[in-house]
Amino acid sequence: MSEPDPQHATHDIGGLSRFRCTPVERDEAPPDAFGKRVDALRQVLAGKKLMTVDELRRGIESIPEDEYFALTYYERWMTSIAAIMVEKGIVKAEDVA
Amino acid sequence: MSAPARPESIAKLEKLVASLVARGVVSEADLAEAQARTDRASPEIGAHMVARAWLDPEWRRMMLANGTEAAERMGVSMAGAPPLGVLEDKPGLHHLVVCTLCSCYPRAVLGYPPSWYKSFEYRSRAVRDPRGVLVEWGTALAPGTQVRVVDSTADYRWMVLPMRPAGTKGWSEDQLAALVTRDVLVGVALPQVPVALAAE
Amino acid sequence: MTASRYSVGDAVQVRDDWPEFRGPAHIRTPHYLRGKPGRIARVLGSFANPEDLAFARPAPKRVLYHVLFERPPLWAEGEPGDDILVEIFEHWLEPAPTERKAA
Repeated sequence: MSEPDPQHATHDIGGLSRFRCTPVERDEAPPDAFGKRVDALRQVLAGKKLMTVDELRRGIESIPEDEYFALTYYERWMTSIAAIMVEKGIVKAEDVA
Repeated sequence: MSAPARPESIAKLEKLVASLVARGVVSEADLAEAQARTDRASPEIGAHMVARAWLDPEWRRMMLANGTEAAERMGVSMAGAPPLGVLEDKPGLHHLVVCTLCSCYPRAVLGYPPSWYKSFEYRSRAVRDPRGVLVEWGTALAPGTQVRVVDSTADYRWMVLPMRPAGTKGWSEDQLAALVTRDVLVGVALPQVPVALAAE
Repeated sequence: MTASRYSVGDAVQVRDDWPEFRGPAHIRTPHYLRGKPGRIARVLGSFANPEDLAFARPAPKRVLYHVLFERPPLWAEGEPGDDILVEIFEHWLEPAPTERKAA
């Protein structure tokens, strides 16, 4: 029925046939405590010039596809923040394991 | 979907924060301050910007030319924030905002984005089937209206300046702002005047 | 502001390039626009290239445009007249084929 989707990176999901017929779940919920805390952490790290929003996005985009679609929105953020902090040597890998 | 975070994710976050605090990189006070600041932003800010634009042609011009300046004049500190762009609906033209790549959203004047805005379904479908999305929201456009989807891919954050609905003659800024919900500012809904309240 | 190569109204085309499949990259040009024709709607200013910021590299400022795309040829569906407006960096654009001058 629909054409196959063109190639795309995992997160680059505009217009995919996969979601073409799936209703949008009308979840009005604001972030829960976990989400707000991750959000605050991102802002604080950005304010201290330790991590840009671009690095955060790049970290999210490098999450393997299965994990990308299985994690919740703020879990993806946290995965990325942890990875970037380790990458930059700000924390050690065992600090986030 | 906003499923609650798994216990292991919460534990991992606390481990990360503890490590950053122990190393003097961040403090709990920093986090509390950031969260409080973010909690203060709400769609009421954007709603009043729109209401003001409906009442004041000079404000409207300024807001369309420089959304960041308009937000500053609303008392929002935009230092370090992404530039704010304002999309002007006109007769025959309606805008709908999405971020297909992640979830860019004009948080400074709208607060936290709702979960649906960040969902895979919205991010993927809005750009390809905007009219289907509007139908899901029960939003009916005037016949002959063109839909322009705005995919936020870079530095700007976008909000919609919808047209002022009929039946609001003589209304105050507060009354008008009450019509401008968060969904209206994203473009999935239009301002609705309750029949009982419609002025001439 | 960095001098802009394109002006409002110019017919352009998004480069049909896929750097994200050649190595680690952070690309803010959606896949559904690669190789597609558009028209410059607005010059938005110059901003540091996110592709470099994402890897903490020196990030030169690049001109950012609002580019308007029509539905076909992006997808063979949708209401005629509906369109899509997307922020695209200058280095992702080239003049539309009909606009290119002979060498």
